[in-house]
Parts: sequence; structure tokens; C-alpha cells
Amino acid sequence: MNRTPLYATHQALGARFVDFGGWEMPLQYTSILDEHQAVRERAGLFDVSHMGEIELRGAHALAAAQELTVNDLSRLRDGQAQYSLLCLPTGGVVDDIIVHRLSSERVLLCVNASNADKDFAWIAEHHHGAEVINRSGEYALLALQGPRATAILTGLTPLPLPQVPAFAFAHGQVCGRAALVAHTGYTGEDGWEIYCAPDDACALWDGLLEAGRRFDIRPAGLGARDTLRLERALPLYGHELTDETTPLEAGLSWVVRFTKPSFIGRAALLQQRERGLTRRLVGLMMTQPGIPRQGYTVVHDGAVVGAVTSGTKSPTLGKAIGLGYVASTLGAVGTQLGIDIRGRVIGAEVVRLPFYKREC
Amino acid sequence: MEFPEDLKYSKEHEWVLVEGSVATVGITDYAQDQLGDIVFVELPAVGDKVSKEDAFGVVESVKAVSDIYAPVSGKVVEVNDDLPENPEMLNEDPYGDGWIIKIEMNDPEELQDLMTATEYEEYVAEEKE
Repeated sequence: MNRTPLYATHQALGARFVDFGGWEMPLQYTSILDEHQAVRERAGLFDVSHMGEIELRGAHALAAAQELTVNDLSRLRDGQAQYSLLCLPTGGVVDDIIVHRLSSERVLLCVNASNADKDFAWIAEHHHGAEVINRSGEYALLALQGPRATAILTGLTPLPLPQVPAFAFAHGQVCGRAALVAHTGYTGEDGWEIYCAPDDACALWDGLLEAGRRFDIRPAGLGARDTLRLERALPLYGHELTDETTPLEAGLSWVVRFTKPSFIGRAALLQQRERGLTRRLVGLMMTQPGIPRQGYTVVHDGAVVGAVTSGTKSPTLGKAIGLGYVASTLGAVGTQLGIDIRGRVIGAEVVRLPFYKREC
Repeated sequence: MEFPEDLKYSKEHEWVLVEGSVATVGITDYAQDQLGDIVFVELPAVGDKVSKEDAFGVVESVKAVSDIYAPVSGKVVEVNDDLPENPEMLNEDPYGDGWIIKIEMNDPEELQDLMTATEYEEYVAEEKE
């Protein structure tokens, strides 16, 4: 099992660990609900060093990334990032990623931990003349998230954070250590993701928690990360996204730029768009007592019409929520469906996504 | 971690308080700690029959679904009706307000298979390793 440079730090904080994609990661320190609330109302600090980093380098780096990903990199300048997807020729999703344009000859992809090896092999196979470097071992990654995240970080870095808009990033010192500071996150709150050398991870973690103390920050684990992203309806690979689901079905058509003349998966996705979807990802809210969970079937008029991909009781809303794929004809907001929970059909309703959106 | 002396314990981490032929059943402090924040419970109805070591209900934390197993066989004579509205009582007071059901026992001999507080504490210590 892999461990991040912060493993001993988490142990000292009393973390309970969970196996996530081959990594022994903090599930929670005190309580998922407490940590969730801290991020929504104040600030939370996550160790997400398990995430993978892959760099494309050289004169062909941008062109290779354009061909490998479905979003349009021509919209990016140096220091900007975008959410994107690696797709198969079938349109199925290899991974969802963040693409950082470091320069005209360097592109850094942040990929899911459980997919890092698969992604690297896929990218190396489709390098289009770019040099492909697995930098996963060279970065630790801390996510500082919540409405007070910017205030906490401001005191620790000379970087002009107000000049770093959402989905931009900058290189600079944090707590006196070199870092790449990205205005990104996976919680539905404002926040920052800080890439640093593994040897600097403990100093940065301690520095952020120390500075965050007067802002009532909490260390937060993957349990809260999951409930936070689910309320914001951010997809998770292995749940909403797999090699058998397409971005269009997952509600990610905004990511797919058909204006690009070529990218892997384009033909299949274009065909799917023209033919129409047979299923789509929807938000589900229970109308009767029960909690939807991954794998539960969705039923309508006694027939199976889909399946739940993620579900929990929303800490912010106090309601049982889930994401799932259903037949497109049943995807309209307000549609009454049932979810098979331990052999009984429990009522649920299709609701607008996201479940939670912060006030800007 | 609490292990009250007057209770008996199952390997599935339920506790039993015996009063005459009635067994009050709940989950242990260790169980609630392992589960984390409990947000949903599904309970049997009064009159339902339960069998030793069979699941009679469900507790769900934010993250996971877990069965609750009957430590003894018998008939459900009372359920804690406050729990569905306040599942967090299982975390806050597992041996008190968080009790789950009362069972009229068929065969009090089954109690012999349960652990004492000391035995259970050792059992938990081994499980933690």
C-alpha cells in the first residue's frame, strides 16, 4: 500500500485510514460531518498527494494534449488550467483530469490516483511526439478549501492571490517553500491546491494548519471530500465516470469541444450527440426514508431503468441524495422514480444539479 | 472506549442487557466509533421474529451500510422509535438512549454464547491489531 509523505502526521492527528486506489489515506480525523461542515463554513485542509501528475513536454506538448483531451487547450494561456477528460476512441472515459499549461512546451496533467498508471500508459502510447514524464513521485498535493481558505493562504505567501482567478495557478513560495499554487478544488467551495516537493509537505501542512487555527480550520479526510464533491455534483471516476460512460451521458458536454477538429473519441461522441442519448446522469433526492448507494437499481413502473453511482445523506441539506444513470426519457427534473434499497422500492425524485452551490 | 460490566456482548459488536426474559439490544461504543457518524437506521417492527446471528436491521453511516445482528433469538417486543429521527443517538449514547430493540427471548441458554465485558474488551483489542 502506498503512503503519502504526511502519513505519520495523519497518524499523530488520530486519523482513521482507508484504502483508496492502493493508497492508505485519511478517511476522517474526528468526524466526516464535522470536517464537511468546517469546509462549507470555514476551512479544511486535505492531503491529496495520492493524485498523479503527468507532464507533456517539448515542441509537441500542446498538440499532444489537444489530441488526448476533449476540452480545448487553445483557450489556455500560461498559468491557466482547465477541467478535461481523457477519452477512448469509443468515447468512454479514461480519466477526468486538470490540465495546467505551464508554458508553450510544458503541460502538467493532474490525474486520479487510481488511474495514474493506466493514464501514463495511455498517454505514452498516444504521445504525438511529446515527451511524457510521470511526475507523480515528485509532488505532494495539499488542498486548502473553504470560504476562509484565501485569507489563510494570503498570510503565508507573497503571491498576489487576488490576481489568480479560478482555474489559474502561479509559482511561488508558501511557508518559504517552493510551490505551484492553483486556484482549484473538488469541494464546491473556494480554495487552493498546493503542489510541492514531497520533502516540503510536512512543513507546508503544519504551516497551513497553524496559520489556519484562528480561522478555525480542520484537517479533513477523504470521507468529507466525497460528501462535499457529491453535494456539488462533481463526478468521481469509478462512480459517475468509467470507460463505459461518455462525457455526454455524464452531463459533461460543456467539457467536450467539438470545435476542435481532432481529438481521441471525437467521432464516437459526435455520433452519440447526433443520435441522442439513451441514458443520462441525473440528481436524485429521496422522497421516502432511505439512502441511495452505488449499485442500487433505479426503477420506474416495475422496470429497472438505471442505477445509482454515488449516494449519501447530504450533511449540508440533511437530505438523502444520489447521482445515477437513468433512461433519458426519465431524466426530467420532477420525475418520480424508485430506488431498490434492500429489496424494497423507495421513492425518489429527479432534481436539478448541483444539490449545493455556494453563494458567490 | 466504554465496556459496561453489566452487559453481555456479541462478536458482531452488539450489547445485551438481560432483565428477566427480555433482552435489550444495542450496538457497542466500539461499533459506533468504527461506523462514524450514523445518519440512518432501519428497524424491525414490534412482533417480528428475530434469530440469533441473523440481521434484523441496518445502520448507515455517512459512508457505509452495516447490518445489525440479533445476539439472541425471540420476538421483538419494543423498538426505539426515537432512533429513525435521531440516529446520532447511536453515536452519542450507545448504551443508553441509543438502545435499539427489546427481544422476548426464546432460549435464554443462547446468552451463554455471548462475551463478558472483559472478554469483549480483549476481543476488540485483538480486532484492532
